[in-house]
Amino acid sequence: MSKAPAPEAPTELPPVKRRNAELVLIIFAIAITMAGIAIAGLNISGEIPSAMWTVGLTFAAMAAAAHVAMRFVAPYADPLILPCTLFLNGIGVAMIWRVSAGEAENAESAGAGSQLMWTAIGLAVCFLIIIFLKDPRVLQRYTYISGLVAIFLLALPIIPGLGQEVYGARLWINIPGLGTMQPSEFAKIALVIFLASYLMNKRQVLQIVGKPIKVGRFTLIELPRARDLAPILVGWVLAIGILVLLRDLGTSLLLFGTFLAMLYVATQRSSWVTIGLAMFAVGAFTAYLLFWHVKARVNIWFNAFDQEVYYAVGGSQQLVEGLVGMAYGGLFGTGLGAGELYSTFAADSDLILATLGEELGLTGLLAVLMVLGLLVERGMRVALAVTGSFNKLLASGVAFLLAYQVFIVLGGLTRVIPLTGSTTPFMAAGGSALVASWIMMGILLRISDNARRPAPQAIQDEGATQVIRR
Amino acid sequence: MAAPMTAIPAEARQGLKSSSMSNLTLILIKIAYLAVLWLFILTAIGVIRTDLFGSKKKPRRKPRPAPRPPSRQDAGPSYSSKPSRPPRPRRNEPTALVVTQGSLKGTSVDLGVQPILIGRAPDSTLVITDDYASGRHARVYSDNGRWFVEDLNSTNGTYLGQQKLNRPQPITVGQPIRIGKTVLELRK
Repeated sequence: MSKAPAPEAPTELPPVKRRNAELVLIIFAIAITMAGIAIAGLNISGEIPSAMWTVGLTFAAMAAAAHVAMRFVAPYADPLILPCTLFLNGIGVAMIWRVSAGEAENAESAGAGSQLMWTAIGLAVCFLIIIFLKDPRVLQRYTYISGLVAIFLLALPIIPGLGQEVYGARLWINIPGLGTMQPSEFAKIALVIFLASYLMNKRQVLQIVGKPIKVGRFTLIELPRARDLAPILVGWVLAIGILVLLRDLGTSLLLFGTFLAMLYVATQRSSWVTIGLAMFAVGAFTAYLLFWHVKARVNIWFNAFDQEVYYAVGGSQQLVEGLVGMAYGGLFGTGLGAGELYSTFAADSDLILATLGEELGLTGLLAVLMVLGLLVERGMRVALAVTGSFNKLLASGVAFLLAYQVFIVLGGLTRVIPLTGSTTPFMAAGGSALVASWIMMGILLRISDNARRPAPQAIQDEGATQVIRR
Repeated sequence: MAAPMTAIPAEARQGLKSSSMSNLTLILIKIAYLAVLWLFILTAIGVIRTDLFGSKKKPRRKPRPAPRPPSRQDAGPSYSSKPSRPPRPRRNEPTALVVTQGSLKGTSVDLGVQPILIGRAPDSTLVITDDYASGRHARVYSDNGRWFVEDLNSTNGTYLGQQKLNRPQPITVGQPIRIGKTVLELRK
């Protein structure tokens, strides 16, 4: 007499927790971190360094704590997000230790302590979000506040005295006694929250109204009304403003790209993306003609192997060293610790993917990219599974942000786009970026837990319509 | 062949790069490390498979009790014919309003002293995206410890069980309130 199971929506995830699978993968991630440090030590000084235990076990303890916490606070959350994140974070810690050991030429005095500390802070913030942000939809109340917070954080480094110009980009602020931080990393999250709730309210207008331009019978593009262009115009002004005032192409591209992606997700109209990209191209080209620092970046990009550009101050040396390093690494790499790239500027932050490409080869670099891809895929999956436009937009925005970040770093390293000082999520050395990335994971894990939690069964097993037999 | 190679580290001088361990061992370690990296990915993809094909174990779906004979014409609860669940007392305090069917399935609203406004209007307590719901569709409120549902003159009506509401009706835990394609009920 059992009733046939109700047909389920195709996007619905099966209510499986898979926490044990998560545990296995986390143990993997810990082993990969510890083995990475051990191999680097073997290659640098011929013996297994004590850091394998000090750094490795500290990381293992944090990972284990995170896993146990997951079982209690978000038991239904996606089982892959946390292991993939810990995998990337762990490889990042191992690489940072390796670069510092290479610089010190002594494995014992090398350290990745500050990265470990930021990992701990990031994890703590991530779990605070999971515990206290029971329903991310409450963030909708702060639509314009989060938009203002984003602009405020972006503008902080411009303030004289507080902002610091580092290697041509004004992205850092100096808090006396606390050190430097990069507020733009947190601005990204505030912007995604703003866009998610703004687009949720406005998307129907942006979606429906439009004028198709036809060539014969084929619709070429659907032009929106002029007055609906206001939001995209504001986003564009912001992006070009960052490019000119903060002198950072990476952040500019990242924020505008995320904006366009979320606009596309909200409206399902590719014309927005076309219009946005065309506007950005025009704006960026104008900036190239007007501002020397943009021109310098583009020159490095096009003429990287030029002798003059290579030897110039702030020239293409870093980019070329990264390229040569990756070429030297070949298919299987030199082995962790055996490469020469650690002497390059920013080998453990901006160029960490190039360092990885040299020491682990294409095979290892692709493995890391696969894990990043899996993480983005899980984010999109969460967006598909969850109900409610705001949650969907928030999850897909976070996933896009992650993907764009990787594109901008890797595109810069491989000369697809100009190289800018962007961070590889979870891997690059740097506190702000790491904590910001963990915050994004906290949001994603919380939405995922809500989405996969099985719906309460109706007490009365009665459909909305029922066959009445008499 | 491998035995003399692995014997080298014992007599190796320390501090010299790559002389303390044979190149072959280091290459093997390198390959093994890359293999472990990819093993991680393959394991992760194995976990993803459950998204596509479900878990290997059949989901243990509890056999649902047979649909009750539709003896109920009034709105009052009559649970006696349910074999699996003990009959609930008439007066139990509900704490939440839960959506059991429709696009918002799984959403729950905690019950307080404030009335709960249900509808498509964005300022409703429970905003339902249902084509058959009105802007201000229905209201759930408490009066002297009892909960009532009231239809706010909606286009398509609010149903309590099979009955269309034309005046405020008292509701108890588990009674289905239907608004368009959405079904709600009170929970303890």
